[in-house]
Amino acid sequence: MSAAVTMTSCLVVPLLSGALCVAAGRRPTAQRAVGVLGAIGLLAAGIWLAARVASDELLVMHVGGWRAPFGVALVADRLSAIMVVLTGLIGLLGAAFAIPGARASRPRTPFYALLHLMLAGCCGLFMSGDLFNFYVWFELVLVSSFGLMVLGNRRAQIEATTKYLALNTVGSMMLLSGIGLLYALLGTLNLADLARRIDAAPPGLVTALGALLLVALGIKGALFPLFFWLPASYHTPPPAISAIFGGLLTKVGVYGLLRLFTLLFINDPAYTHATLLVLGSCTMLVGALAAIGQQDVRRLLSFLVISEVGYILVGAGLLSSAGLSAAIFFTIHVIVTTTALFFISGLLRRITGSERLERMGGIVEHRPRLALLFLLPALSLAGFPPFSGFVAKLGVVQAGLAARHYVVVAAALLAALLTIYAVGRVWTLAFWRPGGDALSERLARHRVPFLLAAPAVVLAALTLLIGALAGPLSDYTLRAAERLLDRGAYVRTVLAGAAR
Amino acid sequence: METLIAVTVGSLIAVGLFLLLRRNAIFLLAGLVILSHGVNLLVFASGGLRRDATPIVPEGRAAADTADPLPQALVLTAIVIGLGVQTFVLTLIYRLIAAMRSADLRAARVSEGDQVR
Repeated sequence: MSAAVTMTSCLVVPLLSGALCVAAGRRPTAQRAVGVLGAIGLLAAGIWLAARVASDELLVMHVGGWRAPFGVALVADRLSAIMVVLTGLIGLLGAAFAIPGARASRPRTPFYALLHLMLAGCCGLFMSGDLFNFYVWFELVLVSSFGLMVLGNRRAQIEATTKYLALNTVGSMMLLSGIGLLYALLGTLNLADLARRIDAAPPGLVTALGALLLVALGIKGALFPLFFWLPASYHTPPPAISAIFGGLLTKVGVYGLLRLFTLLFINDPAYTHATLLVLGSCTMLVGALAAIGQQDVRRLLSFLVISEVGYILVGAGLLSSAGLSAAIFFTIHVIVTTTALFFISGLLRRITGSERLERMGGIVEHRPRLALLFLLPALSLAGFPPFSGFVAKLGVVQAGLAARHYVVVAAALLAALLTIYAVGRVWTLAFWRPGGDALSERLARHRVPFLLAAPAVVLAALTLLIGALAGPLSDYTLRAAERLLDRGAYVRTVLAGAAR
Repeated sequence: METLIAVTVGSLIAVGLFLLLRRNAIFLLAGLVILSHGVNLLVFASGGLRRDATPIVPEGRAAADTADPLPQALVLTAIVIGLGVQTFVLTLIYRLIAAMRSADLRAARVSEGDQVR
């Protein structure tokens, strides 16, 4: 019973907060209070879930008391718990980062309501044990993110939302067709029941459906040939929103891939997982290469987000406990680091008045503490020790070497080098290079309010902490990975007491 | 019957994709609507098609004689979600055309700051 309370609280808290934010209407103070308190509640619920999962391994809730193959099941394992905790964390920091902005501009914008709906969608998706239910949460995430992206109504945002919406809607339609065809093939949509029956199905059809779902989730996850919507859109909304998107949203697609390509589509790894490896390698390289040429800071970061997704995909493609563990560790690292960098790009825009590298400079001289704050997550993303990025990339490389995929390892190392160059370019141009007189004057006038810097400080501290606690954390992700690979236990636990 | 539905689904998806690939904002909207009809029909047909069968199992009869109610429930959900998304797209396209003063999607370059400005 208590499992049900833990899991529903991760959904009810953000849904209720969203509803209260709508009810708060035009009272911005009430909206902000509900928005932040609700996110704190979600983070607490996520930590509670993680604590429960640490002892009980797999939590199952049969919604409405309908047993597994017939009703909708919510299932939480270690991976789900990690993702829910990160959703709560990013939601909280994004809500906090948006406070000063929400005060200055339009108080009626439904930012907090949409944010909480999106967080609820993410949490539901991470805990879903049913494929159609997964699709419904996926749509909730998509629709609320459309609303968030267009908040502010500038022309660039409207254009960006159109591109984002068109490609992601096509992706969600592919997801829906894949789900419909899986039902036609196997007559069930419960993930555990699907996993039980999928081995008996014609392997060619199963692999084809796997490829369809790979493309569908790959669009959302911004994989190599499917990522074009991301750098065309993520740099247009207000910084708080693009930070939340950059950290969390692509990982929704990646989570779906991690789940489906360990639970369902594993009968033909020579095709499906080799495809994941190839796409992952290309994603790493193309993202990092494209990042090098960017002048807009947030566009540059968008390409780095894509590049980092490649590492997770490679870890998933290795289909070993070491590879999956590295993928999960990398997901934690990359959510923390990229969100921090997006927050800092918001601070840069605030004090320099521009987002373009050629119009920045002299920040080390005038704002040394901000420069230090940038350096921590930037070095982490570039993969230097002792930060989380070093351990994360080391994990992927080690897992690749163990599986003798030397080309993939070479691609990962090359992409890491290119990432160092891309991040180093931001450092040189925006921070180290002396700025002009006009810029120096502007920097002297504009300060960074504590509340705006705090979320980035928290995340920068966290990336150091993850690096320091890499041992215990990788034990945890290794057990999460072993859990993912143990399909039998998943099926048994979810379908316990089911007929047949 | 299945063949007819399969051909219809294929045609709807093909027409939808063709319209999506045009450079016109109105075609984009129409493409998304038609594509979603195609996918909804696919989901509806995924449980198998049966004439004159209700989704209720009569007492003492085998379930094989009845229609599958699940795809019908799924497609209702999908239609409602699709309706919501399409309403949003409609307003978004309206705002887009108003902002660009043109329905030509090649004019949507302001967000690509590197090329224009």
